[in-house]
Amino acid sequence: MPAAQIKTKIITNRRLKANYWHLEFESGLIARSARPGQFVNIRVNDLLEPLLRRPLSIHGVKGARVKVIYEVLGKGTQALSQRKSGEFLDIIGPLGNGFDYPSAAKSKGKYILVAGGMGVAPLLFLAEKLKTLKPLVLIGARAKELIICTPEFKALGAEIKLATDDGSAGFNGRVTQLLEIELKQTRAAVIFACGPHPMLKAAAQIAASSQLPAQLSLEAHMACGIGACLGCVVSTKDGYKSVCKDGPVFSGQDLIW
Amino acid sequence: MVKKIKPNLSVKIGKLEMKNPVMVASGTFGYAAEFRELMDLKKLGAIVTKTITLKGRQGNLPPRTCETPAGMLNSIGLENPGIDRFIGEKLVFLKKLGVPVIVSIAAENNPEEFITLANKLNGFMEIAAIELNISCPNLQKDKLISQDPRATFALVEAVRRVTEKCLIVKLSPNVSSITEIALSAVQAGADALALINTLGGMCIDVNKQTPKLGAWVGGLSGPAIRPVAVKMVWEVYNKTKVPIIGMGGIIDVSSALEFFLAGAAAISVGTANFVNPRASLEIITGLERYMAEHNLQNLSALTGKLKACKN
Ligand SMILES: Cc1cc2nc3c(=O)[nH]c(=O)nc-3n(C[C@H](O)[C@H](O)[C@H](O)COP(=O)(O)OP(=O)(O)OC[C@H]3O[C@@H](n4cnc5c(N)ncnc54)[C@H](O)[C@@H]3O)c2cc1C
Ligand SMILES: Cc1cc2nc3c(=O)[nH]c(=O)nc-3n(C[C@H](O)[C@H](O)[C@H](O)COP(=O)(O)O)c2cc1C
Ligand code: FES
Repeated sequence: MPAAQIKTKIITNRRLKANYWHLEFESGLIARSARPGQFVNIRVNDLLEPLLRRPLSIHGVKGARVKVIYEVLGKGTQALSQRKSGEFLDIIGPLGNGFDYPSAAKSKGKYILVAGGMGVAPLLFLAEKLKTLKPLVLIGARAKELIICTPEFKALGAEIKLATDDGSAGFNGRVTQLLEIELKQTRAAVIFACGPHPMLKAAAQIAASSQLPAQLSLEAHMACGIGACLGCVVSTKDGYKSVCKDGPVFSGQDLIW
Repeated sequence: MVKKIKPNLSVKIGKLEMKNPVMVASGTFGYAAEFRELMDLKKLGAIVTKTITLKGRQGNLPPRTCETPAGMLNSIGLENPGIDRFIGEKLVFLKKLGVPVIVSIAAENNPEEFITLANKLNGFMEIAAIELNISCPNLQKDKLISQDPRATFALVEAVRRVTEKCLIVKLSPNVSSITEIALSAVQAGADALALINTLGGMCIDVNKQTPKLGAWVGGLSGPAIRPVAVKMVWEVYNKTKVPIIGMGGIIDVSSALEFFLAGAAAISVGTANFVNPRASLEIITGLERYMAEHNLQNLSALTGKLKACKN
């Protein structure tokens, strides 16, 4: 599906909790063609600071509306959080390959979605598409108050399990440790994961040792977002690939960590 | 009411004829296909490809880009498929556009590679010009060709001997005298000069206490370098007759106009393609409007028409 550069009004841009924000804008073009795992590249203001766009995953679409959730980290996301509804945003999307969920599973079993922190963003959109399969969703965060989107996953009929580093909710430990435990009890078919790099690496190793296919959504610093600058590359068995165009979703077995 | 004129934006650089003076800079536009969904490529004055080497290169260790105040650093390291795959896979799309294609080339080890590359490109009618990238800071060489007037002269002269195509020489700002290098390239037969390539730079992550780029250092581009670029264009314009393709931090028509006034015959949009893929097309319309408003029939009435400050 073709990507487009659009200027569109912000419908909502509000804080969810902690440093997490929710942004919604209207774009029939993007909403119609977006697939889970794809992202939009947003120019957060018209100034020279920050100069580059910021990539954010598509969290969901509803009619012509596109939803994004983001964590305020540095100056780009900070500036975005200052933008008010009714103001215009310059957005390019949908970009990237997205999850290959229709042909993901090689065998019968559970679809397991593993999210670390903000990694829930693209996985909720994916869970919507996998609704009839009742996926198992594992969400990890540092603490209970940093876990988001559980009601939305529940509404889709997904089974949810939590992991927190401080034990304030669910399993006390990393979400990938929880994944290992789950794999001992559940017959799984495929793993989809999004989160920080070390978490994805661990998820890929666990999937490989269980002989399960894994699709991982990666992050990289981006300049163009459309495969032109070759700035966002990641090492694969086939040489360097761009995260923005060849990815952001890669098969675990193709990546060199 | 004064009747507004319809300005003529066309420009000729050696044998290279362009319908307007706005091109896209090497390495910031891939091989054009990457931008096809986002803009009407046919409107561009010319397209410069990513720099091509004889053999394919996988480029430098990531991370390869990092944002800086009003700019960015890159250390891509000339990742490209090599000349044969470029011709087989990338040129096919470019050829069909009907826009002059300028192929940027570089040598990895031996300047002789430039000759082989030029020879391979000579046969393609659709290639309107060859740009010699003798100024890439990401090859981890002690010295760039464009940092040495004699090496610049020798190389340009040697390539001049094997090609009749319009020959553009791209210069590095990392020199003590840009005019000295420019004159060497001109005396050796360059049809045009492209300036500037990126400025050497470095960024450090103070929490990790590491460089932000995998290659440690990279090239700075974007609005941050514009004043440096404008000055160099102006200096070179005052010393040579050959057309100058000005670039460095151009993001809109006003920044493009600075370059024309300083002496550029054409301009190239680089980093701005990432920020706003339509920047080059907006510059073309803005330029046309500016020329009409200032009653300028041709670009020659704009290039180098800088005046002294009046008190
Ligand atoms: C395909 C893709 C999808 C993404 N989806 C989401 C999402 O849905 N929600 C969300 O909150 N974040 C998402 N991110 C990460 C988000 O792009 C960065 O957090 C954001 O760009 C940081 O910008 P900043 O200016 O606020 O921070 P900066 O000041 O630039 O940096 C703050 C921190 O973020 C890191 N960072 C900066 N840029 C990036 C980047 N492009 N990728 C990863 N880390 C970066 C820096 O290293 C630093 O640690 C995604 C990234 C990619 C590549
Ligand atoms: C990501 C990136 C890659 C580049 N690659 C090349 C290249 O392959 N060859 C080249 O001659 N210049 C290359 N350049 C330099 C640009 O063509 C241009 O000279 C420079 O960026 C200054 O212009 P700007 O500030 O408008 O970007 C690159 C620049 C960037 C930002
Ligand atoms: S960000 Fe330019 S190639 Fe991915």
